[in-house]
Amino acid sequence: MSVTTSFPAPVLRPAGDSALIVELGDGIAQDLNAAVHRLDRRIADAGLPGIVETVPTYRSILVQFDPAVTAAEPLGQALLGLAAELTHAAAEPQLRWIVPVCFGGAHGEDLDDVARRSGLSAEEVVRLHCTADYRVYMLGFSPGFAYLGGLPEVLHQPRRENPRMVTPAGSVMQGGAQAAISPIAMPSGWHLLGRTPARTFDLRREPPFLLAPGDRIRFTAISAAEFDRLEGLSGYLPDCETVTAPAALLQGAAA
Amino acid sequence: MTSHLRIVAAGPSSTIQDRGRVGYQRYGVSVAGAADPLLHAVANALVGNRPGEGAVEFTLAGDSVVVEGGPVRIAVAADAELAVDGEPVPAWTSLRLTDGQTLRIGALRSGMRGYWAVEGGFAIQPVLGSVATHIRSRMGGLDGGALKAGDRLPLSLDHAADRGERCLDPSLLPPRGGRLRVMLGPQQDYFTPAGIGAFLEEDYTVSHEADRMGCRLDGPVIEHARGFNITSDGIPLGAVQVPGTGRPIVLLADRQTTGGYPKIACVVGPDIAVLAQMRPGERLRFTAVDALEAGRIQARHREMVDGLPALLQSAGGFALYDSGRLLGFNLIGGAVTGWD
Repeated sequence: MSVTTSFPAPVLRPAGDSALIVELGDGIAQDLNAAVHRLDRRIADAGLPGIVETVPTYRSILVQFDPAVTAAEPLGQALLGLAAELTHAAAEPQLRWIVPVCFGGAHGEDLDDVARRSGLSAEEVVRLHCTADYRVYMLGFSPGFAYLGGLPEVLHQPRRENPRMVTPAGSVMQGGAQAAISPIAMPSGWHLLGRTPARTFDLRREPPFLLAPGDRIRFTAISAAEFDRLEGLSGYLPDCETVTAPAALLQGAAA
Repeated sequence: MTSHLRIVAAGPSSTIQDRGRVGYQRYGVSVAGAADPLLHAVANALVGNRPGEGAVEFTLAGDSVVVEGGPVRIAVAADAELAVDGEPVPAWTSLRLTDGQTLRIGALRSGMRGYWAVEGGFAIQPVLGSVATHIRSRMGGLDGGALKAGDRLPLSLDHAADRGERCLDPSLLPPRGGRLRVMLGPQQDYFTPAGIGAFLEEDYTVSHEADRMGCRLDGPVIEHARGFNITSDGIPLGAVQVPGTGRPIVLLADRQTTGGYPKIACVVGPDIAVLAQMRPGERLRFTAVDALEAGRIQARHREMVDGLPALLQSAGGFALYDSGRLLGFNLIGGAVTGWD
Protein backbone atom coordinates (compact mmCIF):
# COMPACT_ATOMS: atom_id res chain seq x y z
CA MET A 1 0.00 0.00 0.00
CA SER A 2 2.95 2.34 0.31
CA VAL A 3 3.83 1.75 -3.33
CA THR A 4 3.44 4.85 -5.46
CA THR A 5 0.81 4.27 -8.10
CA SER A 6 0.10 6.26 -11.21
CA PHE A 7 -3.51 6.90 -12.06
CA PRO A 8 -4.76 8.03 -15.43
CA ALA A 9 -5.79 11.69 -15.61
CA PRO A 10 -9.10 12.35 -13.81
CA VAL A 11 -12.11 12.14 -16.11
CA LEU A 12 -15.39 14.05 -15.89
CA ARG A 13 -18.48 12.15 -16.92
CA PRO A 14 -21.84 13.89 -17.38
CA ALA A 15 -24.57 12.37 -15.19
CA GLY A 16 -27.69 14.27 -16.20
CA ASP A 17 -28.48 17.93 -15.76
CA SER A 18 -27.75 18.04 -12.02
CA ALA A 19 -24.76 15.77 -11.50
CA LEU A 20 -21.22 15.06 -12.63
CA ILE A 21 -19.00 12.08 -11.99
CA VAL A 22 -15.32 12.66 -11.30
CA GLU A 23 -13.55 9.42 -12.08
CA LEU A 24 -9.99 8.82 -10.91
CA GLY A 25 -9.54 5.36 -12.42
CA ASP A 26 -11.21 1.97 -12.65
CA GLY A 27 -11.43 -1.12 -10.48
CA ILE A 28 -11.24 -1.76 -6.75
CA ALA A 29 -7.87 -0.87 -5.28
CA GLN A 30 -6.75 0.64 -2.03
CA ASP A 31 -4.69 3.58 -3.24
CA LEU A 32 -7.25 4.48 -5.92
CA ASN A 33 -10.00 4.49 -3.32
CA ALA A 34 -7.85 6.45 -0.87
CA ALA A 35 -7.43 9.13 -3.56
CA VAL A 36 -11.22 9.23 -3.99
CA HIS A 37 -11.75 9.97 -0.30
CA ARG A 38 -9.05 12.62 -0.25
CA LEU A 39 -10.64 14.31 -3.23
CA ASP A 40 -14.05 14.07 -1.56
CA ARG A 41 -12.68 15.85 1.48
CA ARG A 42 -11.08 18.53 -0.70
CA ILE A 43 -14.38 19.11 -2.45
CA ALA A 44 -16.10 19.55 0.91
CA ASP A 45 -13.37 21.92 2.16
CA ALA A 46 -13.40 23.97 -1.05
CA GLY A 47 -17.04 24.99 -0.46
CA LEU A 48 -17.79 25.22 -4.18
CA PRO A 49 -21.15 26.94 -4.68
CA GLY A 50 -24.12 24.82 -5.72
CA ILE A 51 -22.95 21.40 -4.58
CA VAL A 52 -25.87 19.54 -3.00
CA GLU A 53 -24.09 16.35 -1.97
CA THR A 54 -21.31 14.04 -3.04
CA VAL A 55 -21.33 10.23 -3.18
CA PRO A 56 -17.78 8.84 -3.04
CA THR A 57 -17.48 5.27 -4.32
CA TYR A 58 -14.63 2.87 -5.21
CA ARG A 59 -13.03 4.92 -7.95
CA SER A 60 -15.23 7.97 -8.54
CA ILE A 61 -17.37 10.63 -6.90
CA LEU A 62 -20.91 11.51 -7.95
CA VAL A 63 -21.25 15.25 -7.42
CA GLN A 64 -24.85 16.43 -7.34
CA PHE A 65 -25.38 20.14 -7.86
CA ASP A 66 -28.19 22.65 -7.99
CA PRO A 67 -28.40 23.90 -11.59
CA ALA A 68 -30.06 27.07 -10.30
CA VAL A 69 -26.78 27.97 -8.60
CA THR A 70 -24.06 26.58 -10.86
CA ALA A 71 -23.64 25.15 -14.34
CA ALA A 72 -21.88 21.87 -15.05
CA GLU A 73 -19.04 23.47 -17.02
CA PRO A 74 -17.46 25.74 -14.36
CA LEU A 75 -18.15 23.19 -11.63
CA GLY A 76 -16.46 20.47 -13.68
CA GLN A 77 -13.38 22.65 -14.21
CA ALA A 78 -13.19 23.38 -10.48
CA LEU A 79 -13.47 19.66 -9.69
CA LEU A 80 -10.71 18.77 -12.15
CA GLY A 81 -8.57 21.48 -10.57
CA LEU A 82 -9.03 19.94 -7.13
CA ALA A 83 -8.26 16.48 -8.53
CA ALA A 84 -5.02 17.77 -10.08
CA GLU A 85 -3.91 19.21 -6.73
CA LEU A 86 -4.21 15.77 -5.14
CA THR A 87 -0.65 15.05 -6.27
CA HIS A 88 0.72 17.46 -3.73
CA ALA A 89 -1.52 16.42 -0.90
CA ALA A 90 0.08 15.88 2.46
CA ALA A 91 -0.96 12.94 4.62
CA GLU A 92 -4.30 13.51 6.30
CA PRO A 93 -5.44 11.92 9.54
CA GLN A 94 -8.11 9.23 9.37
CA LEU A 95 -10.33 7.56 11.94
CA ARG A 96 -9.66 3.93 12.75
CA TRP A 97 -12.38 2.01 14.55
CA ILE A 98 -11.40 -0.95 16.72
CA VAL A 99 -14.38 -3.22 16.11
CA PRO A 100 -14.83 -6.20 18.47
CA VAL A 101 -16.05 -9.39 16.81
CA CYS A 102 -17.15 -12.74 18.22
CA PHE A 103 -15.94 -15.09 15.47
CA GLY A 104 -17.28 -18.52 14.51
CA GLY A 105 -19.89 -20.81 16.03
CA ALA A 106 -23.44 -19.47 16.13
CA HIS A 107 -22.02 -15.95 15.62
CA GLY A 108 -20.27 -16.84 12.36
CA GLU A 109 -21.62 -19.98 10.78
CA ASP A 110 -19.38 -19.88 7.71
CA LEU A 111 -16.02 -19.44 9.43
CA ASP A 112 -15.08 -23.14 9.22
CA ASP A 113 -16.10 -23.35 5.53
CA VAL A 114 -14.08 -20.24 4.70
CA ALA A 115 -11.08 -21.73 6.51
CA ARG A 116 -11.39 -25.07 4.70
CA ARG A 117 -11.62 -23.46 1.28
CA SER A 118 -8.55 -21.34 2.05
CA GLY A 119 -6.59 -24.31 3.35
CA LEU A 120 -6.19 -22.58 6.72
CA SER A 121 -7.36 -23.24 10.24
CA ALA A 122 -10.25 -21.21 11.65
CA GLU A 123 -7.78 -19.62 14.10
CA GLU A 124 -5.58 -18.48 11.20
CA VAL A 125 -8.57 -16.95 9.40
CA VAL A 126 -9.50 -15.02 12.56
CA ARG A 127 -5.89 -13.88 12.96
CA LEU A 128 -5.81 -12.66 9.35
CA HIS A 129 -9.04 -10.71 9.80
CA CYS A 130 -7.74 -9.16 13.02
CA THR A 131 -4.43 -8.02 11.49
CA ALA A 132 -5.85 -6.71 8.20
CA ASP A 133 -6.01 -2.93 7.78
CA TYR A 134 -9.57 -2.54 6.50
CA ARG A 135 -10.84 0.62 4.87
CA VAL A 136 -14.40 1.74 4.18
CA TYR A 137 -14.28 1.88 0.38
CA MET A 138 -17.86 3.08 0.19
CA LEU A 139 -21.30 2.77 1.72
CA GLY A 140 -24.20 1.60 -0.42
CA PHE A 141 -26.80 -1.10 -0.99
CA SER A 142 -28.68 -0.09 2.16
CA PRO A 143 -28.27 2.56 4.90
CA GLY A 144 -24.95 2.12 6.66
CA PHE A 145 -23.77 -0.92 4.65
CA ALA A 146 -19.98 -0.50 4.46
CA TYR A 147 -17.89 -2.21 1.79
CA LEU A 148 -14.47 -2.89 3.32
CA GLY A 149 -11.33 -3.23 1.26
CA GLY A 150 -8.19 -4.92 2.55
CA LEU A 151 -9.24 -8.57 2.79
CA PRO A 152 -6.03 -10.66 2.63
CA GLU A 153 -5.75 -12.30 -0.77
CA VAL A 154 -5.58 -15.84 0.62
CA LEU A 155 -9.14 -15.34 1.85
CA HIS A 156 -10.63 -14.15 -1.44
CA GLN A 157 -13.38 -16.56 -2.46
CA PRO A 158 -16.67 -16.40 -4.38
CA ARG A 159 -19.91 -15.55 -2.60
CA ARG A 160 -22.31 -18.25 -1.44
CA GLU A 161 -24.19 -20.03 -4.20
CA ASN A 162 -27.31 -19.80 -2.11
CA PRO A 163 -27.79 -16.42 -0.41
CA ARG A 164 -29.32 -16.38 3.07
CA MET A 165 -32.66 -14.61 3.28
CA VAL A 166 -31.78 -13.12 6.64
CA THR A 167 -28.45 -12.38 8.31
CA PRO A 168 -28.45 -10.65 11.70
CA ALA A 169 -27.45 -7.02 12.26
CA GLY A 170 -23.76 -6.64 13.02
CA SER A 171 -22.72 -9.61 10.90
CA VAL A 172 -19.06 -9.45 9.90
CA MET A 173 -18.88 -11.02 6.48
CA GLN A 174 -16.65 -11.54 3.49
CA GLY A 175 -17.55 -11.88 -0.20
CA GLY A 176 -15.19 -11.90 -3.18
CA ALA A 177 -12.28 -9.60 -2.36
CA GLN A 178 -14.14 -7.56 0.24
CA ALA A 179 -15.44 -7.68 3.78
CA ALA A 180 -18.46 -5.94 5.27
CA ILE A 181 -20.38 -5.24 8.45
CA SER A 182 -24.15 -5.46 8.04
CA PRO A 183 -26.02 -2.52 9.58
CA ILE A 184 -29.39 -4.22 9.95
CA ALA A 185 -30.86 -7.70 9.47
CA MET A 186 -30.84 -8.31 5.72
CA PRO A 187 -30.50 -10.98 3.05
CA SER A 188 -26.92 -11.67 1.98
CA GLY A 189 -24.83 -14.02 -0.11
CA TRP A 190 -21.64 -13.22 1.79
CA HIS A 191 -19.90 -15.63 4.18
CA LEU A 192 -20.67 -15.03 7.86
CA LEU A 193 -17.49 -14.90 9.95
CA GLY A 194 -18.75 -13.44 13.19
CA ARG A 195 -20.82 -10.72 14.78
CA THR A 196 -20.00 -7.41 16.38
CA PRO A 197 -22.04 -5.86 19.18
CA ALA A 198 -21.36 -2.45 17.58
CA ARG A 199 -24.25 -1.07 15.52
CA THR A 200 -23.08 0.73 12.42
CA PHE A 201 -26.55 2.24 11.86
CA ASP A 202 -28.96 3.34 14.57
CA LEU A 203 -31.47 6.11 13.93
CA ARG A 204 -31.91 6.66 17.67
CA ARG A 205 -28.23 7.64 17.92
CA GLU A 206 -26.66 10.93 16.88
CA PRO A 207 -24.94 10.55 14.50
CA PRO A 208 -26.82 7.46 13.27
CA PHE A 209 -23.92 6.26 11.11
CA LEU A 210 -20.81 4.89 12.79
CA LEU A 211 -18.65 4.58 9.69
CA ALA A 212 -17.94 7.20 7.07
CA PRO A 213 -16.45 6.56 3.63
CA GLY A 214 -12.67 6.48 3.96
CA ASP A 215 -12.59 5.37 7.63
CA ARG A 216 -10.30 2.51 8.63
CA ILE A 217 -11.19 -0.56 10.68
CA ARG A 218 -9.27 -3.08 12.77
CA PHE A 219 -11.16 -6.12 14.03
CA THR A 220 -10.41 -7.56 17.43
CA ALA A 221 -11.65 -10.99 18.59
CA ILE A 222 -13.88 -11.21 21.65
CA SER A 223 -15.59 -14.09 23.47
CA ALA A 224 -19.31 -14.85 23.33
CA ALA A 225 -19.60 -13.63 26.93
CA GLU A 226 -17.95 -10.31 26.06
CA PHE A 227 -20.21 -10.03 23.01
CA ASP A 228 -23.26 -10.43 25.25
CA ARG A 229 -21.92 -7.89 27.75
CA LEU A 230 -21.20 -5.23 25.11
CA GLU A 231 -24.45 -5.85 23.29
CA GLY A 232 -26.27 -5.30 26.57
CA LEU A 233 -24.74 -1.83 27.02
CA SER A 234 -27.09 0.88 25.84
CA GLY A 235 -25.54 3.09 23.18
CA TYR A 236 -22.32 1.02 23.00
CA LEU A 237 -19.74 2.51 20.63
CA PRO A 238 -16.45 0.81 19.75
CA ASP A 239 -13.09 2.48 20.41
CA CYS A 240 -11.63 4.79 17.83
CA GLU A 241 -8.17 6.22 17.15
CA THR A 242 -6.71 8.73 14.74
CA VAL A 243 -4.08 7.46 12.29
CA THR A 244 -2.15 9.16 9.53
CA ALA A 245 -1.94 7.70 6.04
CA PRO A 246 1.40 7.63 4.24
CA ALA A 247 1.74 10.61 1.91
CA ALA A 248 3.29 8.65 -0.95
CA LEU A 249 -0.06 7.11 -1.86
CA LEU A 250 -1.22 9.85 -4.11
CA GLN A 251 1.80 10.84 -6.08
CA GLY A 252 1.04 10.68 -9.74
CA ALA A 253 -2.72 10.95 -9.19
CA ALA A 254 -2.98 13.59 -11.88
CA ALA A 255 -0.06 12.49 -14.06
CA MET B 1 -56.15 19.32 20.88
CA THR B 2 -54.22 18.24 17.83
CA SER B 3 -56.37 17.73 14.77
CA HIS B 4 -55.92 14.49 12.82
CA LEU B 5 -56.85 12.91 9.56
CA ARG B 6 -57.75 9.27 10.04
CA ILE B 7 -57.30 6.93 7.10
CA VAL B 8 -60.62 5.14 6.55
CA ALA B 9 -59.39 3.28 3.47
CA ALA B 10 -55.92 3.58 1.94
CA GLY B 11 -55.08 3.51 -1.75
CA PRO B 12 -52.88 0.66 -3.10
CA SER B 13 -49.66 2.50 -2.22
CA SER B 14 -49.93 5.84 -0.47
CA THR B 15 -46.91 7.37 1.22
CA ILE B 16 -45.96 10.69 2.76
CA GLN B 17 -43.34 12.39 0.59
CA ASP B 18 -41.47 15.67 0.49
CA ARG B 19 -38.49 16.67 -1.67
CA GLY B 20 -36.46 13.78 -0.34
CA ARG B 21 -33.67 12.99 2.07
CA VAL B 22 -30.73 15.03 0.86
CA GLY B 23 -27.16 14.60 2.06
CA TYR B 24 -27.07 10.95 3.15
CA GLN B 25 -26.47 9.04 -0.07
CA ARG B 26 -22.82 8.71 0.98
CA TYR B 27 -24.12 6.55 3.84
CA GLY B 28 -26.24 4.39 1.55
CA VAL B 29 -29.52 6.20 2.28
CA SER B 30 -31.88 6.52 -0.68
CA VAL B 31 -33.23 10.00 -1.41
CA ALA B 32 -36.93 9.07 -1.88
CA GLY B 33 -39.26 12.12 -2.18
CA ALA B 34 -42.16 12.84 -4.52
CA ALA B 35 -42.02 10.92 -7.81
CA ASP B 36 -43.75 13.88 -9.47
CA PRO B 37 -42.40 16.98 -7.73
CA LEU B 38 -44.52 19.30 -9.90
CA LEU B 39 -47.89 17.85 -8.84
CA HIS B 40 -46.59 17.58 -5.27
CA ALA B 41 -45.83 21.31 -5.40
CA VAL B 42 -49.27 22.03 -6.88
CA ALA B 43 -51.04 20.24 -4.01
CA ASN B 44 -48.99 22.21 -1.50
CA ALA B 45 -49.54 25.53 -3.29
CA LEU B 46 -53.31 25.01 -3.30
CA VAL B 47 -53.36 24.88 0.52
CA GLY B 48 -50.78 27.66 0.86
CA ASN B 49 -47.85 25.46 1.96
CA ARG B 50 -44.24 25.92 1.01
CA PRO B 51 -43.34 23.67 -1.96
CA GLY B 52 -41.39 21.04 0.02
CA GLU B 53 -43.95 20.36 2.75
CA GLY B 54 -44.83 16.69 3.34
CA ALA B 55 -47.87 15.58 1.34
CA VAL B 56 -49.38 12.21 0.45
CA GLU B 57 -48.47 10.58 -2.85
CA PHE B 58 -51.01 7.97 -3.88
CA THR B 59 -50.77 5.42 -6.66
CA LEU B 60 -53.57 4.65 -9.15
CA ALA B 61 -56.26 5.32 -6.52
CA GLY B 62 -56.51 7.66 -3.58
CA ASP B 63 -57.39 7.39 0.07
CA SER B 64 -60.49 8.03 2.13
CA VAL B 65 -59.85 10.22 5.14
CA VAL B 66 -62.05 11.50 7.95
CA VAL B 67 -61.39 14.72 9.87
CA GLU B 68 -60.89 14.44 13.63
CA GLY B 69 -60.92 18.00 14.97
CA GLY B 70 -60.36 20.70 12.40
CA PRO B 71 -61.52 22.43 10.39
CA VAL B 72 -58.86 21.24 7.95
CA ARG B 73 -57.89 22.68 4.57
CA ILE B 74 -57.01 19.97 2.05
CA ALA B 75 -56.40 19.85 -1.69
CA VAL B 76 -55.98 17.06 -4.21
CA ALA B 77 -53.74 17.44 -7.27
CA ALA B 78 -54.86 14.55 -9.47
CA ASP B 79 -57.18 13.64 -12.30
CA ALA B 80 -59.58 11.78 -10.01
CA GLU B 81 -63.16 11.87 -8.77
CA LEU B 82 -63.57 13.18 -5.24
CA ALA B 83 -66.47 13.20 -2.85
CA VAL B 84 -67.07 14.74 0.58
CA ASP B 85 -69.61 12.70 2.53
CA GLY B 86 -70.76 11.25 -0.79
CA GLU B 87 -71.21 14.61 -2.57
CA PRO B 88 -68.90 15.16 -5.57
CA VAL B 89 -66.32 17.94 -5.15
CA PRO B 90 -63.67 19.14 -7.61
CA ALA B 91 -59.97 18.28 -7.58
CA TRP B 92 -57.35 21.02 -8.15
CA THR B 93 -59.00 23.19 -5.50
CA SER B 94 -58.61 23.58 -1.77
CA LEU B 95 -61.49 22.40 0.42
CA ARG B 96 -62.31 23.21 4.01
CA LEU B 97 -63.49 20.13 5.89
CA THR B 98 -64.97 20.08 9.38
CA ASP B 99 -64.91 17.53 12.18
CA GLY B 100 -66.36 14.19 11.07
CA GLN B 101 -66.42 14.95 7.32
CA THR B 102 -64.97 12.29 5.04
CA LEU B 103 -63.08 12.96 1.82
CA ARG B 104 -62.96 10.07 -0.59
CA ILE B 105 -60.40 10.18 -3.42
CA GLY B 106 -61.27 7.77 -6.22
CA ALA B 107 -59.23 6.09 -8.93
CA LEU B 108 -56.99 8.15 -11.20
CA ARG B 109 -58.49 8.66 -14.66
CA SER B 110 -55.00 9.24 -16.02
CA GLY B 111 -51.45 9.00 -14.72
CA MET B 112 -49.95 6.80 -12.05
CA ARG B 113 -49.70 9.15 -9.09
CA GLY B 114 -51.66 11.92 -7.43
CA TYR B 115 -51.06 14.07 -4.36
CA TRP B 116 -53.05 15.47 -1.49
CA ALA B 117 -51.79 18.09 0.90
CA VAL B 118 -53.08 19.61 4.12
CA GLU B 119 -52.61 23.22 5.11
CA GLY B 120 -49.66 23.40 7.54
CA GLY B 121 -48.55 19.86 6.76
CA PHE B 122 -48.30 16.81 9.00
CA ALA B 123 -46.89 16.96 12.54
CA ILE B 124 -44.52 14.03 12.11
CA GLN B 125 -40.88 13.77 13.08
CA PRO B 126 -38.44 14.06 10.18
CA VAL B 127 -35.90 11.26 9.84
CA LEU B 128 -32.49 12.53 8.69
CA GLY B 129 -34.08 15.85 7.84
CA SER B 130 -37.00 14.56 5.79
CA VAL B 131 -40.45 13.03 6.22
CA ALA B 132 -40.18 11.21 2.87
CA THR B 133 -41.16 7.55 3.16
CA HIS B 134 -38.70 4.95 1.88
CA ILE B 135 -40.49 1.65 2.35
CA ARG B 136 -37.53 -0.61 1.54
CA SER B 137 -35.48 0.81 4.41
CA ARG B 138 -38.58 1.50 6.59
CA MET B 139 -37.63 5.14 6.90
CA GLY B 140 -39.75 8.29 7.14
CA GLY B 141 -43.51 8.83 6.94
CA LEU B 142 -45.49 6.95 9.56
CA ASP B 143 -43.13 4.21 10.81
CA GLY B 144 -41.52 3.95 7.39
CA GLY B 145 -44.51 2.32 5.75
CA ALA B 146 -47.39 2.97 3.35
CA LEU B 147 -50.57 4.44 4.80
CA LYS B 148 -53.16 1.90 5.94
CA ALA B 149 -56.68 2.00 7.29
CA GLY B 150 -56.71 3.16 10.88
CA ASP B 151 -53.59 5.35 10.62
CA ARG B 152 -54.08 8.76 12.24
CA LEU B 153 -52.04 11.56 10.69
CA PRO B 154 -51.44 14.39 13.19
CA LEU B 155 -51.68 17.86 11.63
CA SER B 156 -49.44 20.83 12.37
CA LEU B 157 -52.40 23.23 12.25
CA ASP B 158 -55.31 22.60 14.61
CA HIS B 159 -57.57 24.97 12.68
CA ALA B 160 -57.39 25.91 9.01
CA ALA B 161 -56.68 29.60 8.42
CA ASP B 162 -59.74 31.75 7.79
CA ARG B 163 -59.49 32.65 4.12
CA GLY B 164 -60.88 31.81 0.71
CA GLU B 165 -60.15 28.69 -1.27
CA ARG B 166 -57.78 28.49 -4.25
CA CYS B 167 -57.94 26.48 -7.42
CA LEU B 168 -55.76 25.76 -10.45
CA ASP B 169 -56.80 25.11 -14.01
CA PRO B 170 -54.73 21.97 -14.69
CA SER B 171 -54.62 22.80 -18.41
CA LEU B 172 -52.14 25.55 -17.41
CA LEU B 173 -49.63 22.87 -16.42
CA PRO B 174 -47.12 21.88 -19.10
CA PRO B 175 -48.38 19.16 -21.43
CA ARG B 176 -46.70 15.79 -20.99
CA GLY B 177 -46.10 13.41 -23.85
CA GLY B 178 -44.19 10.24 -24.52
CA ARG B 179 -40.93 12.00 -25.34
CA LEU B 180 -38.22 11.81 -22.70
CA ARG B 181 -35.19 14.01 -23.15
CA VAL B 182 -31.90 12.53 -21.98
CA MET B 183 -28.27 13.52 -21.70
CA LEU B 184 -26.01 10.66 -22.80
CA GLY B 185 -23.61 9.37 -20.16
CA PRO B 186 -22.06 8.70 -17.73
CA GLN B 187 -21.17 5.36 -19.35
CA GLN B 188 -22.32 5.59 -22.97
CA ASP B 189 -18.90 4.21 -23.93
CA TYR B 190 -20.13 0.81 -22.65
CA PHE B 191 -22.52 0.59 -25.61
CA THR B 192 -22.09 -0.02 -29.33
CA PRO B 193 -23.21 2.61 -31.86
CA ALA B 194 -26.04 0.21 -32.73
CA GLY B 195 -27.01 0.03 -29.06
CA ILE B 196 -27.12 3.80 -28.71
CA GLY B 197 -28.99 3.97 -32.01
CA ALA B 198 -31.70 1.60 -30.76
CA PHE B 199 -31.97 3.54 -27.51
CA LEU B 200 -32.51 6.87 -29.29
CA GLU B 201 -34.43 5.81 -32.38
CA GLU B 202 -36.81 3.07 -31.28
CA ASP B 203 -39.95 3.07 -29.12
CA TYR B 204 -39.92 1.62 -25.62
CA THR B 205 -42.88 0.54 -23.53
CA VAL B 206 -43.36 0.87 -19.79
CA SER B 207 -43.41 -2.66 -18.35
CA HIS B 208 -45.32 -3.92 -15.32
CA GLU B 209 -42.06 -3.88 -13.36
CA ALA B 210 -42.35 -0.24 -12.44
CA ASP B 211 -42.45 1.28 -8.98
CA ARG B 212 -40.99 4.21 -7.09
CA MET B 213 -37.52 2.66 -7.28
CA GLY B 214 -37.34 2.24 -11.01
CA CYS B 215 -39.16 1.63 -14.23
CA ARG B 216 -38.16 -1.31 -16.43
CA LEU B 217 -38.84 -0.76 -20.12
CA ASP B 218 -39.65 -3.26 -22.84
CA GLY B 219 -38.29 -2.70 -26.34
CA PRO B 220 -35.28 -3.27 -28.54
CA VAL B 221 -32.21 -4.68 -26.82
CA ILE B 222 -29.46 -2.13 -26.23
CA GLU B 223 -26.18 -3.75 -27.19
CA HIS B 224 -23.24 -3.53 -24.79
CA ALA B 225 -19.78 -2.92 -26.21
CA ARG B 226 -17.73 -4.40 -23.35
CA GLY B 227 -19.84 -6.31 -20.86
CA PHE B 228 -22.47 -5.06 -18.47
CA ASN B 229 -20.49 -4.71 -15.27
CA ILE B 230 -18.85 -1.52 -14.11
CA THR B 231 -17.13 -0.83 -10.83
CA SER B 232 -20.15 0.27 -8.77
CA ASP B 233 -20.63 4.02 -8.66
CA GLY B 234 -23.24 6.56 -7.61
CA ILE B 235 -26.62 6.63 -9.34
CA PRO B 236 -28.21 10.00 -10.13
CA LEU B 237 -31.99 10.42 -10.31
CA GLY B 238 -33.27 9.46 -13.76
CA ALA B 239 -30.24 7.36 -14.70
CA VAL B 240 -30.97 4.79 -17.42
CA GLN B 241 -29.06 1.65 -16.51
CA VAL B 242 -28.82 -1.28 -18.87
CA PRO B 243 -28.27 -4.70 -17.24
CA GLY B 244 -27.26 -7.86 -19.07
CA THR B 245 -30.70 -8.30 -20.63
CA GLY B 246 -30.10 -5.15 -22.70
CA ARG B 247 -33.45 -3.75 -21.55
CA PRO B 248 -33.20 -0.36 -19.87
CA ILE B 249 -34.29 0.52 -16.33
CA VAL B 250 -34.85 4.18 -15.44
CA LEU B 251 -34.05 4.78 -11.79
CA LEU B 252 -36.49 6.91 -9.84
CA ALA B 253 -36.84 8.52 -6.39
CA ASP B 254 -36.45 5.35 -4.29
CA ARG B 255 -33.41 4.10 -6.24
CA GLN B 256 -30.45 2.51 -4.49
CA THR B 257 -27.51 4.89 -4.03
CA THR B 258 -24.90 2.83 -5.90
CA GLY B 259 -24.95 0.20 -8.61
CA GLY B 260 -22.80 -1.80 -10.97
CA TYR B 261 -24.66 -1.65 -14.29
CA PRO B 262 -23.54 0.85 -16.94
CA LYS B 263 -25.75 3.91 -17.36
CA ILE B 264 -26.25 4.88 -20.99
CA ALA B 265 -27.96 8.19 -20.21
CA CYS B 266 -29.82 10.26 -17.63
CA VAL B 267 -33.32 11.64 -18.14
CA VAL B 268 -33.45 15.44 -17.90
CA GLY B 269 -34.96 16.54 -14.55
CA PRO B 270 -38.45 17.70 -15.52
CA ASP B 271 -39.03 14.64 -17.74
CA ILE B 272 -38.40 12.15 -14.92
CA ALA B 273 -41.84 12.91 -13.50
CA VAL B 274 -43.32 12.38 -16.96
CA LEU B 275 -42.06 8.80 -16.86
CA ALA B 276 -43.17 8.36 -13.23
CA GLN B 277 -46.70 9.17 -14.41
CA MET B 278 -46.75 6.66 -17.29
CA ARG B 279 -48.68 3.42 -16.94
CA PRO B 280 -47.55 -0.06 -18.01
CA GLY B 281 -48.07 -0.44 -21.75
CA GLU B 282 -47.56 3.25 -22.56
CA ARG B 283 -44.96 3.99 -25.23
CA LEU B 284 -42.14 6.46 -25.07
CA ARG B 285 -39.09 7.54 -27.02
CA PHE B 286 -35.79 8.99 -25.82
CA THR B 287 -34.29 12.11 -27.41
CA ALA B 288 -30.73 13.21 -26.72
CA VAL B 289 -30.06 16.82 -25.72
CA ASP B 290 -26.75 18.45 -24.85
CA ALA B 291 -25.85 20.01 -21.50
CA LEU B 292 -26.75 23.50 -22.69
CA GLU B 293 -30.22 22.49 -23.82
CA ALA B 294 -30.75 20.44 -20.64
CA GLY B 295 -29.84 23.52 -18.62
CA ARG B 296 -32.39 25.60 -20.53
CA ILE B 297 -35.09 22.96 -19.95
CA GLN B 298 -34.26 22.97 -16.24
CA ALA B 299 -34.35 26.76 -16.02
CA ARG B 300 -37.73 27.03 -17.75
CA HIS B 301 -39.15 24.34 -15.50
CA ARG B 302 -37.82 26.03 -12.38
CA GLU B 303 -39.39 29.31 -13.47
CA MET B 304 -42.72 27.57 -13.91
CA VAL B 305 -42.60 25.90 -10.48
CA ASP B 306 -41.61 29.19 -8.85
CA GLY B 307 -44.51 30.83 -10.63
CA LEU B 308 -47.11 28.29 -9.48
CA PRO B 309 -48.69 30.61 -6.90
CA ALA B 310 -49.37 33.11 -9.70
CA LEU B 311 -51.33 30.48 -11.61
CA LEU B 312 -53.73 29.95 -8.73
CA GLN B 313 -57.13 31.58 -8.74
CA SER B 314 -59.59 32.07 -5.97
CA ALA B 315 -62.12 29.26 -6.13
CA GLY B 316 -64.73 31.93 -6.95
CA GLY B 317 -62.94 32.58 -10.23
CA PHE B 318 -61.05 35.78 -9.35
CA ALA B 319 -57.32 35.81 -9.83
CA LEU B 320 -55.39 36.12 -6.57
CA TYR B 321 -52.84 38.12 -8.48
CA ASP B 322 -53.56 40.92 -10.87
CA SER B 323 -53.70 40.13 -14.54
CA GLY B 324 -50.56 42.15 -15.22
CA ARG B 325 -48.48 39.80 -13.10
CA LEU B 326 -50.11 36.77 -14.67
CA LEU B 327 -49.42 38.13 -18.13
CA GLY B 328 -45.85 38.94 -17.17
CA PHE B 329 -45.37 35.42 -15.94
CA ASN B 330 -46.73 34.03 -19.17
CA LEU B 331 -44.32 36.12 -21.18
CA ILE B 332 -41.36 35.07 -19.09
CA GLY B 333 -42.29 31.43 -18.76
CA GLY B 334 -43.74 31.07 -22.22
CA ALA B 335 -46.79 29.51 -20.60
CA VAL B 336 -48.90 29.58 -23.72
CA THR B 337 -46.79 27.73 -26.20
CA GLY B 338 -43.29 27.13 -25.01
CA TRP B 339 -43.24 25.03 -21.84
CA ASP B 340 -40.33 23.19 -23.25
